[in-house]
Amino acid sequence: MMPLLTTKGLSRSFGGLRAVDNVDFALMRGEIRAVIGPNGAGKTTFVSLISGRIQPTSGAIVFDGADITGLPTYARVRLGIAYTFQITSVFANLSAYDNVALPVQLTLSDRRSKGALRAGVMSALERTGLADRAHIPAGQLSYGHQRLLEVAMGLALEPRLLILDEPTQGLADSEIDNFVELVRDIARNATVLLIEHNMPVVMQLADRITVFNAGRILAEGTPEAIRDNAAVQDAYLGTAP
Amino acid sequence: MSEASPAKAYGLHLGVIALLFVLSFLLPEYYHGLLARIMVLAVFAMGYNMLFGYVGLLSLGHAMFFGAGLYGAGLAIIQLGWSVPAAFAAGLCCGAVLSLVIGLLALRTTGVAFMIVTMMFAQVFYLAILYFAAWTGGDQGMVVPQPARVLAFGATSLDLTDPTVRYMAALGLFSLVLLMTLAIVRSRYGRVLVAVRENEERTKMLGYDTFSNKLAAVVVSGTICAASGAAYALLFGYVGSSFASVQYSILPLLWVLLGGAATTLGPLIGTLFMYYVIDVTSGYTSAYLLIVGIALILLVLFFPKGILGTIRQRWLGWLP
Repeated sequence: MMPLLTTKGLSRSFGGLRAVDNVDFALMRGEIRAVIGPNGAGKTTFVSLISGRIQPTSGAIVFDGADITGLPTYARVRLGIAYTFQITSVFANLSAYDNVALPVQLTLSDRRSKGALRAGVMSALERTGLADRAHIPAGQLSYGHQRLLEVAMGLALEPRLLILDEPTQGLADSEIDNFVELVRDIARNATVLLIEHNMPVVMQLADRITVFNAGRILAEGTPEAIRDNAAVQDAYLGTAP
Repeated sequence: MSEASPAKAYGLHLGVIALLFVLSFLLPEYYHGLLARIMVLAVFAMGYNMLFGYVGLLSLGHAMFFGAGLYGAGLAIIQLGWSVPAAFAAGLCCGAVLSLVIGLLALRTTGVAFMIVTMMFAQVFYLAILYFAAWTGGDQGMVVPQPARVLAFGATSLDLTDPTVRYMAALGLFSLVLLMTLAIVRSRYGRVLVAVRENEERTKMLGYDTFSNKLAAVVVSGTICAASGAAYALLFGYVGSSFASVQYSILPLLWVLLGGAATTLGPLIGTLFMYYVIDVTSGYTSAYLLIVGIALILLVLFFPKGILGTIRQRWLGWLP
């Protein structure tokens, strides 16, 4: 089966620092892939290269068989790559409804229908449990709800690849359980690339795990294989006392 | 936004238009003429608000778009002898083409650089008018003769120098642009413009080509300002270079700030308020600009969102 996304020799330097260093990566359709690694390992830079927020120094990115290395961000979104931010960046002065209406109105094929827009927005809000807060300005939502709104905006784009950058950061434990269910639900229709620090979440969700360290891929495999990998334990998980 | 009750919003705007219509029969001669002028200039302010209020782009060069309409229409009618509708269309076209070119160049910058670039282009436009004095009349300007300002429909004709005709023409243009901006603001395109203002990077990450959206907004804004300029030339008969000077780039900014940026009726209220304050104070003292300045400072201190912006924030959240 052809991978949905591959990178070949992907690199990005900031001054002398090679934040992402010659990464070859492949992501299969329909999988939930977790990317883990210590702080500064290059995880966020790596997904920013995929989403087009920053340009690579060298290397290539292929999505669904087409080279997208030179495409601007908005064009990649239209191809089906959605990115939800690590730092919540909803439109604080717009209502939750308007926040989600922006991605929905982009995907509507029937650009005239008001009913279709409303249905699309409410469906995304219902899936994330925000339907009863549709008319509250996003900036007045609780932090957890803002994170959910961020995900609602991502899935309203009907992406083929949804990149979630540390989605559970700052959430309470009870919220995290709902979140895991939500990601499973999303993964029925989309491939998910998940950057996550919370190891229980990663172990529950991921089909495979990629471990980054110092801008390179240190290891890749099933959750069990990664847990038992000695190099990963040294770099990231810490050795048992 | 588009979820707020449409009937209320359209009702309010049609009410304002009806009120202006009735005022035509009630106002004494002097205020009748002044209000016609204010409505034409409020169109200028609405064009400016489109870009500044909704997209968050602060231009200091909008006098060139007003000037493009003013001179586009004025030169067509004086030098080429075109009819009134053709001259108006010429003014619109000049504004649309100029704003497209300026937009393509100036939108490569943002923030302070955008302000400076638009201001410099406007200065070039202003100096070009003075330089080509043989056609433009230089700093003397040109007067559009009365016989040229008559709209002929076969046997009947409308004289734009007649106060009532002039008032109704100004009201017609004002109403059209007001309802158009209301429709744009409430549309999906309007939602994208506000998103660009709030967070352009995020808007790109939702799949929007923000450059194209901003460029379209510059062209819409510039063309509305040119419509105001063209109407000014045809209704008031004077085409002067002072209308292209930097003062006329600052004025729409002040009108919009006063009335309330990103409100559809704010530009009218701001323009009206400023003219009213100048009118009242100049009756008492020759230092009226000092009083206008103090009034502006007080407004910015206590109503930073402008008159309508404050009303919307405190009492009427549904105002578009």
